[in-house]
Amino acid sequence: MSHDLAWINAAISAARPQAVGALLRYFRDLDTAEEAFQDACLRALNNWPRNGPPRDPAAWLIMVGRNAALDGVRKRSRQTELPPEDTLSDLDDAETRVAEQIDASDYRDDVLRLMFICCHPDLPATQQVALALRIVSGLSVKQIARAFLASEAAMEQRITRAKARVAAGDAEFATPGPVERAERLAAVAAMLYLVFNEGYSAGDNPARAQLCGEAIRLARLLLRLYQTEPEIMGLLALMLIQHARTPARFDAEGQIVLLEDQDRTLWNRPMINEGLALIDKAMRHRRPGAYQVQAAIAALHARAPTPADTDWAQIDRLYASLERLTPSPVVTLNRAVAVSKVAGPEAALEMIAPLADKLSGYFHFHGLAGALNLELGRHAEARTAFDRAIALANTAAEASHIRQHLDRLMADHPPPDERAATRAK
Amino acid sequence: MLYALLCYNDEDVVWAWDKKQDGEVMQRLGVVRDRLEAAGKLGPSLRLLPTTAATTFRKSDPPLVIDGPFAETKEQLLGIYIIDVADLDEALQVARDLGEANPGGAYEIRPLAVYNTGSPEAVAKGVATA
Repeated sequence: MSHDLAWINAAISAARPQAVGALLRYFRDLDTAEEAFQDACLRALNNWPRNGPPRDPAAWLIMVGRNAALDGVRKRSRQTELPPEDTLSDLDDAETRVAEQIDASDYRDDVLRLMFICCHPDLPATQQVALALRIVSGLSVKQIARAFLASEAAMEQRITRAKARVAAGDAEFATPGPVERAERLAAVAAMLYLVFNEGYSAGDNPARAQLCGEAIRLARLLLRLYQTEPEIMGLLALMLIQHARTPARFDAEGQIVLLEDQDRTLWNRPMINEGLALIDKAMRHRRPGAYQVQAAIAALHARAPTPADTDWAQIDRLYASLERLTPSPVVTLNRAVAVSKVAGPEAALEMIAPLADKLSGYFHFHGLAGALNLELGRHAEARTAFDRAIALANTAAEASHIRQHLDRLMADHPPPDERAATRAK
Repeated sequence: MLYALLCYNDEDVVWAWDKKQDGEVMQRLGVVRDRLEAAGKLGPSLRLLPTTAATTFRKSDPPLVIDGPFAETKEQLLGIYIIDVADLDEALQVARDLGEANPGGAYEIRPLAVYNTGSPEAVAKGVATA
């Protein structure tokens, strides 16, 4: 059996949230916990290839990390020598003992606490994401900088500042009560969805696109610890079904392919099936929430063999309940897409008209307004909306997608003055 | 003689493999599988989705539906059914029907990621044995 470096790295990153979470509980200091974990990882890289991987990598890393940090303290104070590396090779008995001591519920709260400290309300969304990627996922500053198209120095500074901010706040180390735990879960779910969306909106930047996989990995971990939480099931289902479309979302030139134009045979079926199973599980609880409703909408798209089979009436109803759960102009905008399919573009335009003020700076508002006007043959209005959309596009792919609409519109229906110019030639 | 090989590993690690790593493992397994299949020795093989997608149906009175995988250690794995149903509700109905025929214990209901039927010889042998 080969336990190569790739295996060891995967085992270490899988164990990281639990291990750093437990070390944080021991030392009550994030820097000490991270240093202790780093130390344990170095020893694992040295030790595991020679002695084989431990039965419980998280327990091994926690114990070795804790000992290393305590040794460090001792060494600094009394200059005693560290024990030779080889005495660490036989940890079997000690490891079992530690594993038994660490209660499953402690594990759960350790991981939740570690994720929760990244959700500090003073931190802007991108900093929450960067901090989570650094301390929960263990991505290097360099990797995170690449994902955010920032310089390494700037990202280092941003993360250091974010860490100082969360360290100044008092992390709660007592075991949380049920209400507090529910609040933490909700905050962590929102943060994980931010991580996912950073990746999802990345276009064809692979360094950022991998954040989707990372968010899914952490959501699976969270659900394994809190198995009866329907909103965590919904969150994971939503991310899986959206991520399953990745191979079909961009064409060979990196242009966006709209849902209705995607080659559905490219969708990742096992991933969709996992999402569908999760949404089925969640619905049995009859405790609807925003993630479950969004996952149910994504599931209806995933279940339709062709775009024409899409159950738009049901999607309209689900968006209506999402409007009740989390009222926002963006939700109404999304609902308008379903309304345009069920009741026509005119009804959809009526629905989004009142949103014009609130969403005047929002790319998708003008994109949809353009498409609806185009469908109604109102070419001048469509052109104005598409122009606004291009000006507001967040990525090159978004801009060029609208550009295509606009080019086609210009070719088919040139504006009156240009038509005159063409005739004059 | 028909044997079942039950595969155990750390799912946190396996489901965190990237595409390349996963592909390499699957490719190596494929070589072994192809050899077995060519020799007519491979029955159905499958890959399960993670335990987070599982639901457990406890055959108590009344039966209990629990989120997550089967977690007790008192009972042992005695058999497997593969069923093709529309959704979890229909799968639970199958579990209910089976549970009435054979009370006691539990069914863990886990969606599949991959399902291969195997070589015709081995499948035919399965029918003959049954």
